Amino acid sequence: MSRSGKRTWGKTAIGLLLTGTMLFPVYWMLNVSFTRDQDMRKSPPDLFPAHATLAGYRTVLDEQLPYLGTSLAIGLGTVVLTVALSAPAGYALAKLRPRGGGLLGFLLLAAQMIPGIIMAMGFYAIYLQLGLLQSVPGLIVADSTLAVPFAVLIFTAFMSGIPGELLQAAQMDGAGPLRTFRSVVLPMSRNAVVTVSLFAFLWSWSDFVLAGTLVNGGAHEPITLGIYHYIGNNNQEWNAIMATAVVASLPAAVILVLAQRYVAAGVTAGAVKD
Amino acid sequence: MTHTTQVPHRRPVPDRSGAAPAAQPPARRRPASQQWAAWAFLTPVTLYLVLFYAYPLYRNLDLSLRHYTVRSFVQGDAPFTGLQNYRTVFDDPTFAPALLHTVVFTAVCLAFQYAIGLALAVFFNQHFRLSATLRALFLVPWLLPLIVSASTWSWMLNSESGVVNAALHAVGIDPVNWLTSPSWSLTSVIIANIWIGVPFNLVVLHSGLQSIPHSLYEAAALDGANAWQRFWRITFPLLRPVSAITLLLGLVYTLKVFDIIWIMTKGGPAESSTTFATWSYQLGFGNLLPAFGPGAAVGNLLVVAALVFGLVYVRVQRKQALS
Repeated sequence: MSRSGKRTWGKTAIGLLLTGTMLFPVYWMLNVSFTRDQDMRKSPPDLFPAHATLAGYRTVLDEQLPYLGTSLAIGLGTVVLTVALSAPAGYALAKLRPRGGGLLGFLLLAAQMIPGIIMAMGFYAIYLQLGLLQSVPGLIVADSTLAVPFAVLIFTAFMSGIPGELLQAAQMDGAGPLRTFRSVVLPMSRNAVVTVSLFAFLWSWSDFVLAGTLVNGGAHEPITLGIYHYIGNNNQEWNAIMATAVVASLPAAVILVLAQRYVAAGVTAGAVKD
Repeated sequence: MTHTTQVPHRRPVPDRSGAAPAAQPPARRRPASQQWAAWAFLTPVTLYLVLFYAYPLYRNLDLSLRHYTVRSFVQGDAPFTGLQNYRTVFDDPTFAPALLHTVVFTAVCLAFQYAIGLALAVFFNQHFRLSATLRALFLVPWLLPLIVSASTWSWMLNSESGVVNAALHAVGIDPVNWLTSPSWSLTSVIIANIWIGVPFNLVVLHSGLQSIPHSLYEAAALDGANAWQRFWRITFPLLRPVSAITLLLGLVYTLKVFDIIWIMTKGGPAESSTTFATWSYQLGFGNLLPAFGPGAAVGNLLVVAALVFGLVYVRVQRKQALS
């Protein structure tokens, strides 16, 4: 008993070491975000923020709040649009099995393979003509393309697992397809809604290509562009840059802590990231 | 949601073949009213696909077949020039290096992501304290916005003040100009991209490992097989379907990596880390005088490559679903 106990502690130690190595860049981001300007170019660099400063975070509060607000709005808009489009589609593909549904599923899968820069260029050409460049709703629509195919896939998979008897029972009670969807299928698909919302939010929050192409230089830019402008301006205040990066990572951290099982489910369900 | 974590046996793909016959035989008749209802539910997403996937793709194709200038881009009266843009691209001195970098970047990233991901998956498949928690922490690099990862790596690889060169100095190695030397820039972006891709491989391969019956290992252990033999005789062969899926998806997604390279090196210096993805963007948006036509042409080559491997992926996946 004690021997095997010792062995698993050994493995835990190795596991901790591996995880620590993997997460070192994340630690470094935190470390630099607390470093004072005068220590930034020290050689060798301080491994711990011995003289920790919040100056970087103060800069974030002063300069980056509008960007964060824009990102939040874009993220929420993308979530709503994605769920509204893909939940009904998932229901139809999983339960109503229309003719041609297979082809649609295939097209959605293929759509996921299109490189982001191609979508960005296509959207740019279209938005230029429609005068939609530098508009937040325009970016929300573009960002939703990151998530919709994946979302339909998740909803279809999840709703396939809802027992057919339940839907038939609803039908017996006189519920039409719309009523069945709203009152039976959707409430039962809460987990799928959560998974899809998480990923839709995270992907639009993280998007850089579409934002850089479609709203660059506009009045409302997301946080990814906020960071990019910092770097692009040859800014030497790396504590401010890394502090912004830390703040931009918060949604990912919150999601990992609060909703880890949804994330793992999403990744393995053929998850995708640009 | 637990059923979606089983790869590949119950891999949740859309019901493409109209299969799953045993599930509900009465519904097979597909009454006409149900057909109407189904397509009513599908109309939004179908319209969406046409408007926001098919049309941008079409615009991109159109861009690549015309001679665009900034003026004609706005007015939309660019002359049709057929494959001229593609010829320009093929004759461009950047073409060969960009192709080579794309192939090297994709192959090296895939090999390392898969090998590291598999090793970690096997390690975390053992039962020890904290194993689930630590495995979850491994997801962090995958969840971070790419701009965050890319800028962190940029600073870590900084020639003068980066922690990587400081560590090299500590063990007596001369500093490396990771991002500013043409001979190292591609390596640098590859390292960063491997770091980002490992979690995906780890999670998918780990869930694949869990579908291998434990009894097989017990039987092999009784026959005296050591851990190494058990890996090569049982784990690796039985994981082949999941490995194929992981590698193919990884291939499609590595081909189109753009953010990391663009943010860290902009494809430079002197195009030493230019891939098709960054070259396409460089042509279209990176210069003062945009070359939309050639940029779109390069992008379309990338689309074709991604779709070819995507089709292979779909075929493999479908074959696995049937077997």
